[in-house]
Amino acid sequence: MSVVSKIENVLTNAERLNDELNSFLSIERESALARAAELDAEPGERLLEGVAIAVKDNICTKGMRTSCGSQILHDYRAHYDATAISRLKDAGAIIVGKTNMDEFAMGSSNESSAFGPAKNPWDISRVPGGSSGGSAVAVASGVVRASLGSETGGSVRQPASLCGIVGFKPTYGRISRFGLVAFASSLDNIGIFGQTTKDVADVLTAIAGRDERDSTSANVPVPHYGSTLGNDVAGKVIGVPRALLGEGVDEEVRASIESAIANFESLGAKIVDVELPHAKYGIAVYYIIATAEASSNLARFDGVRYGFRAEEAAGLREMYFKTREQGFGPEVKRRIMLGTYVLSSGYYDAYYSKAQRVRALVKRDYTEAFTKCDAILTPTSPDTAFKLGERSDDPIAMYLSDIYTVSANLAGIPGISVPCGLSGDGLPFGVQLVGNFWSEQTLFELTHAYETAFPLGAKPAVFAE
Amino acid sequence: MDVKHVAKLAHLDITDSEVELYTPQMANIVRYIEQLNELEIDDIEPMLGGLTDEGKATVTIREDVAYGSFTQEEALIEAPAGVEGHFQVPKVL
Repeated sequence: MSVVSKIENVLTNAERLNDELNSFLSIERESALARAAELDAEPGERLLEGVAIAVKDNICTKGMRTSCGSQILHDYRAHYDATAISRLKDAGAIIVGKTNMDEFAMGSSNESSAFGPAKNPWDISRVPGGSSGGSAVAVASGVVRASLGSETGGSVRQPASLCGIVGFKPTYGRISRFGLVAFASSLDNIGIFGQTTKDVADVLTAIAGRDERDSTSANVPVPHYGSTLGNDVAGKVIGVPRALLGEGVDEEVRASIESAIANFESLGAKIVDVELPHAKYGIAVYYIIATAEASSNLARFDGVRYGFRAEEAAGLREMYFKTREQGFGPEVKRRIMLGTYVLSSGYYDAYYSKAQRVRALVKRDYTEAFTKCDAILTPTSPDTAFKLGERSDDPIAMYLSDIYTVSANLAGIPGISVPCGLSGDGLPFGVQLVGNFWSEQTLFELTHAYETAFPLGAKPAVFAE
Repeated sequence: MDVKHVAKLAHLDITDSEVELYTPQMANIVRYIEQLNELEIDDIEPMLGGLTDEGKATVTIREDVAYGSFTQEEALIEAPAGVEGHFQVPKVL
């Protein structure tokens, strides 16, 4: 099969399903087919030769729309490729479109997108999770095998869980953030969705590694992550923080997590108890640090250099105020204001400095736990996909969707969600493994073994054949 | 929290109905994050940024040589208003 016909098929599926799922904000038919024709003319054997990839709309793609799901950047076109994008292209991949997301990646349901939410392909009356909802749906609905998302508190792993696919967040510094529109720089990561662990591992192999243009990218060798999938996982030690599996977890999710633990045991893994005493403070720490950094990062949207500008402003200052008021949606305004508040004169020590100290404790808990185990297992999300609109009026209920994922972002460790079960009403959910710094390969070996031995065995209602 | 005042600091011209919407929501969020007050943590070193030890050890200084960037024209393409190679804004004074 030629690359052109393969990509034509992907584009047709994306276009056909988008009315129903709203997972793509733009579908790049022309450039994708042109690239496919080039690859057909000069066939190669690179890692991602001819592989179609969908990309979250907060990752810069040269000449393509990069809206961040916001009115303030609604027709912004990036001048340059993010490093992750240029590396994908160098590995032979083809970018087929940009995906829907919560505005500036702020949200857990995709409902804060200025362009309407993406829908969950298992039940289109439900959210796909967020903030990388569109990228999750593009993979879950079978349009592409892999996509890029971004994570600040769980924005890849949580929608992966709600959509029944694999979702991965790397160690902080593993993937360059150059060209990822900044939300909270000390927590942000580019993450990867895949139909399987192998899809994720191959994309990571292509895009990981030091980048001169991101001073936080670390100089750590990049292995071929797919090369050890299939290794025996017998003898690996998995820690379970029992104290976190109680309150607030859906009964079906809890029961299924217990069987996931038993399943890992049957693969030869050894299960031990671990304690993460400060994990319960993760959401509070996150909402101080993430909003503080966001209030600073989003100051750049002022209507001067790019994006939307409000009309009819009498002077410069009024133009700033009106542009930001009209350009940002409610969740973004709430977070900018919270961040402004926690950083404002007289409050810094009470909030920001305190949050940084608790963040240190969250990280220390993990460092201690990883002296006893190779990975830590929890649910990815406390429940399955909720109904559209169900949590829109209650920010805290929405924030708590990230309770199991947010600590990995605070500590900077890698994490992955792999499908582990279906609820009685046919909705998928995932089990999460987090590992020590730079232990991506071990996580992949574990989830590959799991998904091979215990596949989900079901497909969403809306699926491209 | 005086939401109107905070909005002003954040350069947001929020409406009265937004003040009404955000005030109780922000109060709830602040109450939630204040659970950190139950911890005695003054002797803990704050974690600044997100770097791993390997990230901290990475040399981030490059050779001091000039390299290409956007042209003036490219830099202005996305600007809402530009004139003669400059960004144009409403009157300042």
